[in-house]
Amino acid sequence: MTASRITLRTLALGYLALLLVLPVSMVFVRTFSNGLGAVWEAVTRPEALHALWLTLLVAVIAVTANTVFGIVCALVLVRHEFRGKALLNAVLDLPLAVSPVVVGLALLIIYGRTSLVGGWLAEAGIRIVFSTPGIILATIFVSLPFVVREVVPVLREIGTEQEQAASTLGASAFQTFRLVTLPAIRSGVAYGIVLTTARAIGEFGAVSLVSGKLAGRTETLTIYVEDRFQSFDLVGCYTAAVVLAVIAVATLLLTNLTSPKEEY
Amino acid sequence: MGITARNVSKRYGDFVALDDVSVEAPTGSLTALLGPSGSGKSTLLRAIAGLERPDSGQIFISDEEKTNMPPQKREVGFVFQHYAAFKHMTVFDNVAFGLKIRKHPRGAIDKKVHELLELVQLDGFSHRYPTQLSGGQRQRMALARALAVEPEVLLLDEPFGALDARVRQELRAWLRRLHDDIHVTTILVTHDQEEAMEVADRIVLMNHGKIEQVGGPQDLYEHPANEFVMSFIGPVNRLGNTYVRPHDIEIKLSPNGTTSEATVDHLVYLGFEVRVELTLKDGQSLWAQVTREDARHLELERGKHIHVKIDRTKVFGEIVESPV
Repeated sequence: MTASRITLRTLALGYLALLLVLPVSMVFVRTFSNGLGAVWEAVTRPEALHALWLTLLVAVIAVTANTVFGIVCALVLVRHEFRGKALLNAVLDLPLAVSPVVVGLALLIIYGRTSLVGGWLAEAGIRIVFSTPGIILATIFVSLPFVVREVVPVLREIGTEQEQAASTLGASAFQTFRLVTLPAIRSGVAYGIVLTTARAIGEFGAVSLVSGKLAGRTETLTIYVEDRFQSFDLVGCYTAAVVLAVIAVATLLLTNLTSPKEEY
Repeated sequence: MGITARNVSKRYGDFVALDDVSVEAPTGSLTALLGPSGSGKSTLLRAIAGLERPDSGQIFISDEEKTNMPPQKREVGFVFQHYAAFKHMTVFDNVAFGLKIRKHPRGAIDKKVHELLELVQLDGFSHRYPTQLSGGQRQRMALARALAVEPEVLLLDEPFGALDARVRQELRAWLRRLHDDIHVTTILVTHDQEEAMEVADRIVLMNHGKIEQVGGPQDLYEHPANEFVMSFIGPVNRLGNTYVRPHDIEIKLSPNGTTSEATVDHLVYLGFEVRVELTLKDGQSLWAQVTREDARHLELERGKHIHVKIDRTKVFGEIVESPV
């Protein structure tokens, strides 16, 4: 091996170790340094369990919504010609470009009690801000583009001939989508779901504004981590962080296991 | 019966793909739609399949009007140039696709698929994926898939266009034999005149969205309706308004009153055939096709003075702008 290759490898691995592996493993080490009992106690606290449950609920809803929307939107972008396509394309990237805090603020302005929409909804007994629907809306917004962006290139690459072949063989539009298009874009959808999930469970900025941070009620795991940190409850803080990391790794593994090896 | 397209027109913006085209493919025939790229042959095929909607005109399949029917209801088998294989399905599932859509019982599907795989010589490949097949095998699989639903007509869009020359040659002969066996009305789109002449019993020659001539391969070769047909079907020399096939130029060593003087510029040996490039005394160049035997007898070599007798020349009414 040449010197330059060794240098390159050391750089790449060193970078990863310093910025990723070291801090994350430090969190794990700190968490378990107080013994398993302390960790178990921290995880099973009612506020911690509620935060976990809320995070999972919000993630499942946001991922489902954005997967369906993402596939439909990708089909529209790739297969249809219409006015305003460029605009739609640009708007889709907005959630990536705009800071999550701004997103949270925008939701507060629209759905806050003093606003027109928020006031009208409050009269109807529906609460958005400082409540679960607001958290869900914020999460959907910030994790919106991932599935679209992963599916569009795959859809472009597969072209329309397989779909046309299916239609000449008698398949309806829906059968063609289910039996031909969806399996062909599967890898893109799966990766989009992983990214969406990661973003959904990790979101902090937008959620912290609209949730109101009510312990045991509107605290997601990320908010709970901050809450514990500021209360000097380091075991609780580290434990929650570890749970977040475990969910992320589990999502990755699950996607890798469920999508079969590419045979083509 | 068979397939009828009546007064079909199709435009893409300013481009006229089909200009009032009427064509018929009799039941059981193998018709080739032949023409250069942009001649409208693929558009016409796709209009018959329902993959393209004509601006005007009608499409009939087996005497039933199908002009406004979606492709699903047309009972056509379509084969694409680039196979359009379902990549995530095995060969078996690809061929079974249409039967599963039609909810045939499992046993019947198994039987039918294996029959077809045998027909296209792919038995033993049923568990492979399309990427594990060669181009020729993929196209045979696509053909089996199209035939599985027992279509009333089979439409082939440049089916051998993406294959290399040797495989193409094999598949042409194989397609001809297959058609002799199953007799399904077939339309083949191709830009290769040799392929059309070898495979089809009728050729529809198209150019600029119109039909130039319809007839058997020999008809078109021997009685071309115009300059375009003459130039597109087989090699041709053009001397002013006169067209002559290279094999109708006879080379002699002495003049006899009907010959003209010429000089040999170049000789190209192509096995049995020798291509002799000539310049006539008046400066026009042309080429003649002679056998290897004749070339040896005449002792042809570069710079040699010879005499040529030009037979069976054709003069057409109007001058075509750009013969191919």
